[in-house]
Amino acid sequence: MAEAVPAGSQDPHGGHGHHEQSFWSKYVFSTDHKMIAMQYMFTGMAMGMIGAFMAYAFRMQLAFPGMEVPLYGLVSPANYNSLVTNHGTIMIFWVAMPVLLAGFGNFLIPLMIGCDDMVFPRINRLSYQIFLLSAIVLLASFFVPGGAFGGAWTAYPPLSSEAQYSLTPMGSSFWVVAVALEFVAFLMGGINFVTTAMNSRAPGMKMYDIPIVVWMIVIASILFMASVGPLIAGAIMLFFDQNLGTAFYDPSRGGDPILWQHLFWFFGHPEVYVVLLPALGVTAEIIPVFARKKFFAYKTVLYTVFATGVLSFTVWAHHQFIAGIDPRMANIFTVTTLLISVPIAEMCFVYIATLWGGSITLSTPMLWALAFVAEFLIGGVTGIFLGASGADIYMHDTYFVLAHFHYTFYPIAIVGTFAGFTFWFPKMFGRMMDDRLGKIHFWGSIIPFNCIFIPLFVLGMAGQHRRIFDFNAYPDLALPWMQHTREFVTIALLVMLAFQLVFFYNVWKSLRKGEKASKNPWKSNTLEWTTESPPGHGNWAELPTVYRGPYEYSVPDREEDYWPQNQPS
Amino acid sequence: MSATPIATTRSSAGMPTGLLAVWWVIASEIVIFGGLLASYIMHRLAHDAWSAHAANTNTWIGAFNTLVLLSSSLAAVLGHKAAEEGDGAKAARQLWYTFAGGATFLVVKGFEWAMEISHGYTISANTFWSFYYTAAGLHATHVLAGIIIMAVVARKAARNVDLHHVELIGVYWHFVDVVWIFLFPLLYIAK
Repeated sequence: MAEAVPAGSQDPHGGHGHHEQSFWSKYVFSTDHKMIAMQYMFTGMAMGMIGAFMAYAFRMQLAFPGMEVPLYGLVSPANYNSLVTNHGTIMIFWVAMPVLLAGFGNFLIPLMIGCDDMVFPRINRLSYQIFLLSAIVLLASFFVPGGAFGGAWTAYPPLSSEAQYSLTPMGSSFWVVAVALEFVAFLMGGINFVTTAMNSRAPGMKMYDIPIVVWMIVIASILFMASVGPLIAGAIMLFFDQNLGTAFYDPSRGGDPILWQHLFWFFGHPEVYVVLLPALGVTAEIIPVFARKKFFAYKTVLYTVFATGVLSFTVWAHHQFIAGIDPRMANIFTVTTLLISVPIAEMCFVYIATLWGGSITLSTPMLWALAFVAEFLIGGVTGIFLGASGADIYMHDTYFVLAHFHYTFYPIAIVGTFAGFTFWFPKMFGRMMDDRLGKIHFWGSIIPFNCIFIPLFVLGMAGQHRRIFDFNAYPDLALPWMQHTREFVTIALLVMLAFQLVFFYNVWKSLRKGEKASKNPWKSNTLEWTTESPPGHGNWAELPTVYRGPYEYSVPDREEDYWPQNQPS
Repeated sequence: MSATPIATTRSSAGMPTGLLAVWWVIASEIVIFGGLLASYIMHRLAHDAWSAHAANTNTWIGAFNTLVLLSSSLAAVLGHKAAEEGDGAKAARQLWYTFAGGATFLVVKGFEWAMEISHGYTISANTFWSFYYTAAGLHATHVLAGIIIMAVVARKAARNVDLHHVELIGVYWHFVDVVWIFLFPLLYIAK
């Protein structure tokens, strides 16, 4: 190690225990990875509530057109467009990414690889601050003249590039700037995650002793870094088109609107895996613990994920089958798209194989983890319909597409989050969550979720197009059964939102009166369970050493059915 | 907080953390420039008429800037060598030479752009010029950021503080060079 270490910095616990931090340095300007994780997670959840409120407003409009929506008011066509646009943008960039990637990444990586913080604590803090700024910019766009951007979360030109079409001259620019800032925040965070996992592992922890969720977050960060660049370039071009009069995306002056679609989806498709992998990782941590079984095929899963990562860069044009791309090209992208379902299907089989013959406890985190596998499967299988270019020409831009990607993103962003949150809640806050309330919340979320999106598959196959403000204007789409289905869907959404109150009550109650959590309430192997709940500043009094892989459950001839990674044999 | 986390001092991958991070930064930068240049090349291939516009760029100024930027990298290498030998003062001096190269590059570019804009070749004149200013401007932003960081590193190195940073800024500077090596033929020579 040639690196020069400044003198006097060798004792990291020098300031340990005997200084009271002020409110500001403890909660707001902290460089501690656990606090930054909380900041990301709660900002993400707050944005999730905003995104859910948007869904509520536009679903009410679809079910009861022209209605004065309680708490929102009349939804105008322009409002409707900006609501659906920002619902999508928020749920992906300001909910799924901060909670799954940054929230869990910040909390878990140092704790699971046995070190006391990230390798760049101050860059980590800066990353959160830029992220917060990006969220503020996005929300501010609702209050500028013209209102928030309404050209869909994919921001295709010319709607996004020319104010004469979007009618949101400032809102469009705010949207681009917010997204660009968010990318900068996650590039910083991602580089931090990758270098931390590469360089700061506990002594004895080899590559294949790293828990799967850490692998997944690291690979997701690399995928993000490798895919977001072209879109950053594209966002600069879009911003110039909006504000400097360039014509990158204007065909009448030598530009090409399809260019944006390529740049967007070259990022947009790997982005699905950027958020999917952490959720898969969270599930991979929970299932062995509650099945008391060794994870099936650890290395195979890693190779599978590498393959998925590489393949995910070769599928983007399946979003553009009807955008005028060459049909021969469409054939190639159909093949790669169908190929990428193979590794993901394999992962589902691996999870099922891990469950096979285990002694399964259906605790709340386990229910969420199992629901993730089951629901994501539906999303994956319907994706095959859309990946085939012939079928996609019929399905494109219908509610079938919408239901399909909600069947992927809801398991990722909502089910994956709740799985991880309920699983690590004792470690995060030092208290157990109420299991009964947790299960009520689980069933109250999963059943309405399916009631929302299965009918939307049916409506989509009947030809219901996306991004329509009021279906009464289209007699073919305003048949009584269709309108009744829309009402049913909206009521299911209301039920699902109501059940989220159970979750908030559970968190509030558990934080105050929950049973105190021991170090290792789930009898798990990974390193985060070997320290106090919640871990103090510096995580461990003495940093752990690793002796084995993370999934040694029910090893024959051992008294206990688990074998923590830091226990010498 | 005064205490440095142990995490920042470990090196499981066998490479100093700072250097590792710089390589990842460069990896993410490569795809940013890669996306922009790929877009430019695809457009260029589809528009033969751009050659007429490209003919108005000044190859000699571009060549001069290429020479300045590449020579400045030599000083960065010598600075790294001096830093490895523990000679902070010499490393700082070399970094200031590099700084001078970067600054010259930016000044020349400023004059070049002022001249072009005064001839009516603005960023919105034509898609070729849009790409020209966007790509070269993004690169110039990197040069600017590079010389600012370089000044900070040089000031510290002169006092023999954080000498390992000399290598990091050097690696970054070579990357900035390499980007220019792609930009120069694409924007100036191809006519």
